[in-house]
Amino acid sequence: MSLAIISDALNTLDWSEINQATLDTLFMLGFAVFFSTIIGIPVGLLLFLTNKDGVLQNKAVYSSLSFIVNVLRSIPFIILLIVMIPTTTFLVGTSLGAKGTIPPLVVGAFPFFARLVENALKEIDKGIFHMAESCGASTWQIIWHILLPEIMPNLVASITVTAIALVSYTAMAGAVGGGGLGDLAIRYGYQRFQTDVMLVTVVLMVIMVQVIQFLGDFLVKVIRKK
Amino acid sequence: MIKIENLTKSYKTKGKIIKVIDNINLDVKKGEVYGIIGRSGAGKSTLLKCLNLLEKPDTGSVIVDGVDLTKISKRELRLERQQIGVIFQHFNLLNSKTIFENVALPLRLQGNHNRNEITIAVDEMLKLVGLTEFAHKYPSSLSGGQKQRVGIARALITKPKLLLSDEATSALDPQTTASILDLLLEINETLGITIVLITHEIEVVRKICDKVAVIDGGEIIEEGKAFDVLMHPKQPLTRKLIIEESSDKYLEQVRHFYKFEKNSGKHILLLSFVGETTYQPILNTIARQTDMNFSILRGELDRIKKMPFGQLLIEFNGDHNSLGKACEIMQNMGVHYEIVH
Repeated sequence: MSLAIISDALNTLDWSEINQATLDTLFMLGFAVFFSTIIGIPVGLLLFLTNKDGVLQNKAVYSSLSFIVNVLRSIPFIILLIVMIPTTTFLVGTSLGAKGTIPPLVVGAFPFFARLVENALKEIDKGIFHMAESCGASTWQIIWHILLPEIMPNLVASITVTAIALVSYTAMAGAVGGGGLGDLAIRYGYQRFQTDVMLVTVVLMVIMVQVIQFLGDFLVKVIRKK
Repeated sequence: MIKIENLTKSYKTKGKIIKVIDNINLDVKKGEVYGIIGRSGAGKSTLLKCLNLLEKPDTGSVIVDGVDLTKISKRELRLERQQIGVIFQHFNLLNSKTIFENVALPLRLQGNHNRNEITIAVDEMLKLVGLTEFAHKYPSSLSGGQKQRVGIARALITKPKLLLSDEATSALDPQTTASILDLLLEINETLGITIVLITHEIEVVRKICDKVAVIDGGEIIEEGKAFDVLMHPKQPLTRKLIIEESSDKYLEQVRHFYKFEKNSGKHILLLSFVGETTYQPILNTIARQTDMNFSILRGELDRIKKMPFGQLLIEFNGDHNSLGKACEIMQNMGVHYEIVH
């Protein structure tokens, strides 16, 4: 295709709809990443600490939490969206639109992120815990002064992975009228055979993912300079 | 300073109960450098962990500076631990923090020091271990010896009365080990801090320990002043660890070049001497007063802490009478001998 044909095609697109869709996707992504992170970190910590040999070893808590996390991870997102409609309505007032997609996104992503956090914690040398206990540190002090700083590069990398996974989850928001680029791609590209719209939205999502990955790698490098 | 009474600890693995520590009783005096040696798996690591209750013993008491650690609450235990410094084989530094922050950690955990107090204390500790210029570097850019110095600075920052060393030099090369041991000796002498260390290297005990306990199979099989135990071990297992190890080691090395002939009139003796005897002309005296010829196969003249000592593997060539006379001379001079071959 020559440049002239491409620019013609681009001119015929309804950019206002694409712009709105992009904003919707970013809106959903932003809140979903934020809430998945602040719920996922405590859950990951709890999984790690209540595990066998952990400082707060508790078989009952570990097995139940682990079970819940596994179950939530197994449910396909599209089903989660629908099953959560009553809960979502209770939480944000609606189950439709970008707002209505955020709770299912968070519930779908935080178990995944929590496991990444748990893995990051498992990589800390056991000797560090001996040292911390020998210094007379309380569990809270160990978490705040030692664990979280030590896993910081790993944590940022995990957030990056989760954010990118969420980009594809947001594409399914269309199922509940959530809007966003994925919704656009499905409605116009799949249902109305408007391939040019679909192409543009896919390209935009690819760019989004690239930017997130780049930012993530950059931040990890900055933190790891030590 | 430390009193351990009737300590036992068992582990359950795969249905079997293994007694790792079997009724141990120990006394460490204030200001002593007390070594615990033994082979891997003898229970020494577990014993050290019981000293600050990192491992909870099944029975017995661990009384440190008058406080029985087995009988106090979790909160009180944390406070007591802040008065006990620990250094580890793999240093256990935090990679995310600067050297300054690593050393400051125990003070930050105590929570009742202001910024100024912390800075003064950390600077003082870094000066003590000779790492002042490294304050704003990260552990990843330090060598093993330097990391252990940071560990020592961190362990001492709360001005503890007791320092526990868990194989602190086992991961270091011989020269670095020597400099770390020098530092520990200096700390013990100038600050009066009691040190309890565990190691499987006899060199460590030789260099800095006042007293030593030999642990095997969860029991203390021998205990006493360092040079008594090292030079004149009573228990067969201790001998195995120390002297026979030396003479076997010597014999092994000698075997490459030397043929042992039976009934050849040649005898191989292992001579050991301590203190002033080390500098006496022992062999010369024997040579002059008997008709024996001798060759030195292997030798070592060194110190146990500040006490000079020596061990020589000598081949004596001569008849039985001369050998008897030589042994008499050695006895009179205070030389301990052992006929190895």
